[in-house]
Amino acid sequence: MVTLHGRWQLARAAPARSELERLLQGEPVRRLRFDATPLQAWDSRLVVFLRSLTERCAARDIQVDLDGLPAGVRHLLDLSHGAAREGLGDPPPPATSERVAAWLQRVRRETTLTLTFVGELTLSALRFLRGKARYRPAELLTVIQACGWQALPIVSLISLLVGLILAFMGAVQLRMFGAQIYVADLVGIGMTREMGAVMTGVIMAGRTGAAFAANLGTMQVNEEIDALRTLGVDPMDYLVMPRVLALLLMMPLLCVYADVMGILGGLLVGVGAFDISALQYLNQTLNAVSLTHFAIGIFKSIIFGGIVAGCGCLQGLYCGRSAAAVGEATTAAVVTAIVYIVIADGLFAVLTNILGI
Amino acid sequence: MKNAQWPETPAEQRRSAEMPAQPDGAFPEDAHITVTNLTMGYGDLILMRDLHFTVNRGDVFAIMGGSGCGKSTLLRILVGLKAPHHGTVAYGHTDFWAQRAVDRKRMMRNLGVMYQNGALWSSMTLAENVGLPLRLHTDCSADEIREIVRFKLALVGLDGFEARFPSQLSGGMRKRAGLARALALDPEILFFDEPSAGLDPVSAKQLDDLILEINRSLDATIVIVTHELASIFAIASNAIFLDAATHTAGGQGAPRKLLDTSENPNLIQFLTRGEPIQRPKGRS
Ligand SMILES: Nc1ncnc2c1ncn2[C@@H]1O[C@H](COP(=O)(O)OP(=O)(O)O)[C@@H](O)[C@H]1O
Ligand SMILES: [Mg+2]
Repeated sequence: MVTLHGRWQLARAAPARSELERLLQGEPVRRLRFDATPLQAWDSRLVVFLRSLTERCAARDIQVDLDGLPAGVRHLLDLSHGAAREGLGDPPPPATSERVAAWLQRVRRETTLTLTFVGELTLSALRFLRGKARYRPAELLTVIQACGWQALPIVSLISLLVGLILAFMGAVQLRMFGAQIYVADLVGIGMTREMGAVMTGVIMAGRTGAAFAANLGTMQVNEEIDALRTLGVDPMDYLVMPRVLALLLMMPLLCVYADVMGILGGLLVGVGAFDISALQYLNQTLNAVSLTHFAIGIFKSIIFGGIVAGCGCLQGLYCGRSAAAVGEATTAAVVTAIVYIVIADGLFAVLTNILGI
Repeated sequence: MKNAQWPETPAEQRRSAEMPAQPDGAFPEDAHITVTNLTMGYGDLILMRDLHFTVNRGDVFAIMGGSGCGKSTLLRILVGLKAPHHGTVAYGHTDFWAQRAVDRKRMMRNLGVMYQNGALWSSMTLAENVGLPLRLHTDCSADEIREIVRFKLALVGLDGFEARFPSQLSGGMRKRAGLARALALDPEILFFDEPSAGLDPVSAKQLDDLILEINRSLDATIVIVTHELASIFAIASNAIFLDAATHTAGGQGAPRKLLDTSENPNLIQFLTRGEPIQRPKGRS
């Protein structure tokens, strides 16, 4: 016989039950009954306690007699056992081979999806060039605005910092040879050829690529994209093309801007900490940075722009139909864009090396 | 037997007035949508197999069934957003899914769809939302479009809201705006995905009345996906029940007739919310 005293409520301290534990551990108990008359109040805490108790008793062949409990408690216990009986439990964890198979299937699916997307985008671009694509000019302008000058503050900040850091790291080493003036070469070439494009790419992936994915993903959840399709409008033309176009146009401009900000950062360090005059620094930069370096950077930025817009729109367009799916699409857009940018940058390095430029 | 609780729907009244001699559901010359042998699903997941049904011209046809049984999926197939696994969907005598994509897109212009939550384009005002189909598919001038948009919005009781954005509307207004957009091109067939879901009873009733009004005055065929019993009995002249348990159609016909004569326990349970019904003894 177990007597339940006091208040069994979630918000209160648990009533003592160690005695019961000891009893169950010790001498063999055959049968458990309850007396709930001194019980003042109860809620889920009591039910959960009783549930685990009955489970343990069942495992040890102890009969449990619930008759002494309040009717509500018995009812809740019945309900909770009912759900368990209908087998709503977790499925067993899949075997390793199954998981590998599932992973392979996912990779295959994503590859097909990406290739389809690129194919459709190409077709859409051809339609656009022939002036046959339907899109809303107002939409193009809004997107250009969002990924153009509105991105300037963050691009300024990051590029300036990258310029500063490059200059500091380089100048400290170069000073050992008394060659700190060459910090201008380092920063100039580093920014125009590499960092300007890569940093704007990464910034835009986080800023605009994510926005594209979230935007199109929400439209997908809200069936807005279906509504376009039923009108015979290809979302590729109407939604994706303006976004891709906007980034292709804006990225080179942002990249030039980032180059300038980076060089400015280098100049600040050179002038402020290493006794180089501003004129000297600028002269040295102009001598070091050839048109080739500059053009390579710009070209890369255009490619990165395509990558960012493509990844964002792809993830948004093929997003599932739930709020969680939009979140996943946004994350995936940023991650894939950055990975592709790094891969593309590596390929460029190899290619320019082979071509000797 | 007439069920006193649910009066005849207008589409039914019209039909029985016009063609009194015909047995129920036998108007092949009237067939607007004919679905044969349709199997649908997502990849390996089969939602429904072997669906056969006909939607007659001027019908208010309900696709009913529990949540997740594939009603919206069927709707997506009917309006050209998703290909079926097997089977055909024919509009008149034209096999919809056998058409080239371009021709199918042209056919889709005759279909208006109101999505579950309106699916208004959030970056556009109501006027732009309703006007876009017109701008895309007609040669109307900007002035004409403005007039048509005002008219369509007035039809659904939203005149004066042209400059609002969807986010500035209530759920019911959004649905009605979605209806105005679906009506923009004067479609022959209107599809509704759960029009009364998430609406209070009064707004739901108003929307039902509006649907009937459109059915009557614009002579549009209406296909409505729903699990609202009140709507089904109030406006549907014909219906098909998608049975999630068997993955097949669990009965079709006029809703009240189904309630009276169906032998399918799942369908009866659906139509009576699980409460037992008393039928006069001796019926087959
Ligand atoms: N894109 C999809 N991919 C895979 N399964 C889906 C997809 N869309 C819906 N489903 C599944 O198909 C079933 C039917 O969905 P739906 O047609 O939306 O049902 P409802 O009858 O409630 O409208 C659901 O179980 C859902 O999980
Ligand atoms: Mg649905």
